[in-house]
Amino acid sequence: MTQSTIKSEFTVIGTRPIRHDGIDKVTGRARYGADIALPGMLHGAVLRSPHAHARIRSIDMAKARRHPGVKAVVTGADFPEVKGVMAQVGELIVNTHYLSLNVMARGKVLYDGHAVAAVAATSRHVALEALELIEVDYEVLTPVMTAEEAMKPDAPVLLEELRTKLMAHRTDPGSAEGPDRPTNVPGHIRFERGDLAAGFRAAAHIVEREFVTAAVHQGYIEPQNALAIYGADGHVTIHCSTQGSFNVRTLTSSVLGIPEGSIRVVPAEIGGGFGGKTTVYLEPVATILSKLSGRPVKMVMSRADVLRATGPTSGTKMKVRMGAARDGTITAAEVWLAYEAGAFPGSPFAPGAMCTMAPYNVANLRIDSFDVVVNRPKVAAYRAPGSPASAFACETVIDELATLCGIDPLDFRILNGVREGMPQPAGPPYKRIGFIETCTAMRESAHYQARLEGPNRGRGVAAGFWFNGGLQSSATVNIHGDGSVSVVTGSVDIGGSRTTQAMIAAEVLGADINDVRPVVTDTDSIGHTDVTGGSRVALATGMAVYEAAHDALAQLKARAAKLWEKPIAEVRFAAGTFSAAGNGVPPMTLKQLATRLARTGGPIVGRATLNAGAVGAVGNAFAVACVDVEIDPETAKVRILRCSIAQDVGRALHPGYVEGQMQGALAQGIGWALSEEYFYDRNGLLRNAGLLDYRMPTCLDLPMIETVIVEVPNPHHPLGVRGVGEVGIVPPMAAVANAIYQAIGVRMTELPMSPPHLLKAIGQRGGVTLDSHAAAAD
Amino acid sequence: MVHKVIVETTINGDPVELLCEPRQSLLEVLRDELDLTGSKEGCLTGDCGACTVIVDGRAVCSCLMLGAEAAGKHITTVEGLANGATLHVLQQKFLEHASLQCGICTPGFLMSAKALLDHNPNPTEGEIRYALAGNLCRCTGYDKIVKAVVDAARHGVGASQHGKVPTESTAEVTRDILEREKR
Ligand code: FES
Ligand code: FES
Repeated sequence: MTQSTIKSEFTVIGTRPIRHDGIDKVTGRARYGADIALPGMLHGAVLRSPHAHARIRSIDMAKARRHPGVKAVVTGADFPEVKGVMAQVGELIVNTHYLSLNVMARGKVLYDGHAVAAVAATSRHVALEALELIEVDYEVLTPVMTAEEAMKPDAPVLLEELRTKLMAHRTDPGSAEGPDRPTNVPGHIRFERGDLAAGFRAAAHIVEREFVTAAVHQGYIEPQNALAIYGADGHVTIHCSTQGSFNVRTLTSSVLGIPEGSIRVVPAEIGGGFGGKTTVYLEPVATILSKLSGRPVKMVMSRADVLRATGPTSGTKMKVRMGAARDGTITAAEVWLAYEAGAFPGSPFAPGAMCTMAPYNVANLRIDSFDVVVNRPKVAAYRAPGSPASAFACETVIDELATLCGIDPLDFRILNGVREGMPQPAGPPYKRIGFIETCTAMRESAHYQARLEGPNRGRGVAAGFWFNGGLQSSATVNIHGDGSVSVVTGSVDIGGSRTTQAMIAAEVLGADINDVRPVVTDTDSIGHTDVTGGSRVALATGMAVYEAAHDALAQLKARAAKLWEKPIAEVRFAAGTFSAAGNGVPPMTLKQLATRLARTGGPIVGRATLNAGAVGAVGNAFAVACVDVEIDPETAKVRILRCSIAQDVGRALHPGYVEGQMQGALAQGIGWALSEEYFYDRNGLLRNAGLLDYRMPTCLDLPMIETVIVEVPNPHHPLGVRGVGEVGIVPPMAAVANAIYQAIGVRMTELPMSPPHLLKAIGQRGGVTLDSHAAAAD
Repeated sequence: MVHKVIVETTINGDPVELLCEPRQSLLEVLRDELDLTGSKEGCLTGDCGACTVIVDGRAVCSCLMLGAEAAGKHITTVEGLANGATLHVLQQKFLEHASLQCGICTPGFLMSAKALLDHNPNPTEGEIRYALAGNLCRCTGYDKIVKAVVDAARHGVGASQHGKVPTESTAEVTRDILEREKR
């Protein structure tokens, strides 16, 4: 279902063409990173730490080096020392020193799975055999596994040099250094407005709760991979499945001290990323192994490597205190958030703080958020990084306040909801946004209107916010002699985006979508393009394609004018046809005009490069999820009976892929809510590093997923696009928790809401059996 | 040095004679020895289904079978699903329903779905979900995958029939599916 505040004036945009790369992908021809092979190629493998926290006393590579078939070995000693520079890489801020230490440990290992050494050999099996021959002597240290432990004053310190940095306000660069003593808390951010005490005094109802969420993984089905070729001239080519080929170039350059200009990154097809493929793990290692061996080196992670050593998102500890007046107005909110960063600083603690109360206009507000290092893999971005956890906490408390006030939970959200001009938690006012429209659309949806009956069943809703968009993109639009068009960008296509780029060009040029070929190219063949992430490709790269297509169109008009010997201003273009008023000038289609390019000045290339602004400055998106659950009275397993998601997308370019993003995000949220968690033992070792025990939803766990596309156009985008990829993952956890409450009267404050956790919560509530509670409630 | 073995098998209808190490999985043999990289590696432990192929009519995780075990078997991989230039109706329906986002899971889903439809040309939504439960997709939430299989089945495709060009729009098909769900 689409609810639009705009009438479509488009012919291509808003339709559902079949994707251009589709045939290759359903026939198995598409080449993903692991599918690429080169003559003479070696296979690399990484030895990983079996300890969560240990000092490396020595590494003996002698036996591995002598193993037949081994062509190169590396340890941390082969990597240059990298100074700690905070580099803005797309939407990430990366400390290059820690990135380098994460790629290959030096001195200390900081988590189970931390890379310690690597080999390249004639086959994967030989490489794995060689890993067994590496001898590492460790001095095992005490691990610190949770934010709560790590924040204790007497906690073992992971990184001696860390000091707490207080960022009073993220938009205000004035940040203060904390006390000069070692800490596991490198970052603290605070947003404050109004008078908290007065706000709580004005409240008729106050709810205060603590929450814990488990670390979860992005769970892309394709493991990380990289194939590096180090040429004798010092030039490096890297093929890999990444969300940002320019990121890979910058980061590999900084880890290895090779100039960026000497590295070409060729993005392969990518098998999912969700933020997890915005950084580097294997690329620098494969490059060094290639340099040492003089051969191309391919590395592919095992699933266990992916889970042990690539970024999950933070586990959190959170506290929320919130008050509402009798009429339902939220009078005060105090939020305390701690995000586990993994072994190195850099959790999404700041966006978590900026998003948590973002849908609501609360006069008296204080949000504190902390970045906490623990002996776990360094977190990476995961779909709306930081927002889902903090939304789980606040949206649960909001549901409780709505119940206490006796107000429908969607009406409660509309009552307190943000509109244009109201302040964001970080301060600046919202531009035109669609939160109210999104809540209203959900309230009117078939799902929300339908009654839900039966024992142990309940319905929950929740809302979420994400910034979206911005940053740099480039595009070229080539007009070919037969009138066909190719659209070249550097934005890796992770879910159908290249077809939406082609649709934009087709729309501008009045071309048939099948005459437009989209191409995603390498870092030498297009201007800088930031990551496929931050819900920014349709938005920012789409803007670049729109401008490049207009650039091509202007040139086409000039050619027509030249042919007709008319001033350019007299050339008209509509519905794919060029025309000019007056004496017998026959109109020309794009195809007809294209055949004349050679004689009127040569080929036409439309170009555009842009910076669409800081993340969050354009695009802001909201989503509302609605979930019906049923709880098995014997096992406490939660079944999803029905679920739907409403989201303001600004403009749906290809509604099929927009729905797909919304559905996929909701499904990931349900996995986060119910079954996914990192399970570490007392020694800090990951005990579920496989897809049987790291339990993501299968198609048996989910029903069909209903979508309500809301279109409140983004005034900063020529087509109204806001971006669509991320915000859908923000509300589901709280929606499920609120549904569980409606079903059995138990407030869940811990994720995942798996049977053991749910049984524990039911037990704490007084051992009420589910059936009898339902009976009592009737 | 590990000694290789000679394996005679049939892949996508063609007789194939190949040399592999006894420790190599069928998936590895397909991908690394035969360059049939359409079958994907997601886990190597039988948990994701990205490597699904059809062995003598049954959907099998090729990562859990040794290459040497392929001897004398008939194996179909995603590369053998289309009939020349004509897509299998499942492939066509996956495209029409936008059932793939990144597409890494798609070959596995197509093969599991084919094995299902070959045995049960008219499955219910529940039977489809059951048959596909061994295939993980992290991108789509499965909605559009299940709809594509329902739609393919509706087009009456039993064993190895190939697709005719569909006439209805996706919206009509979806409405149809939703109505069927209600009943
Ligand atoms: S690779 Fe075979 S099931 Fe995952
Ligand atoms: S489409 Fe990406 S995993 Fe299924």
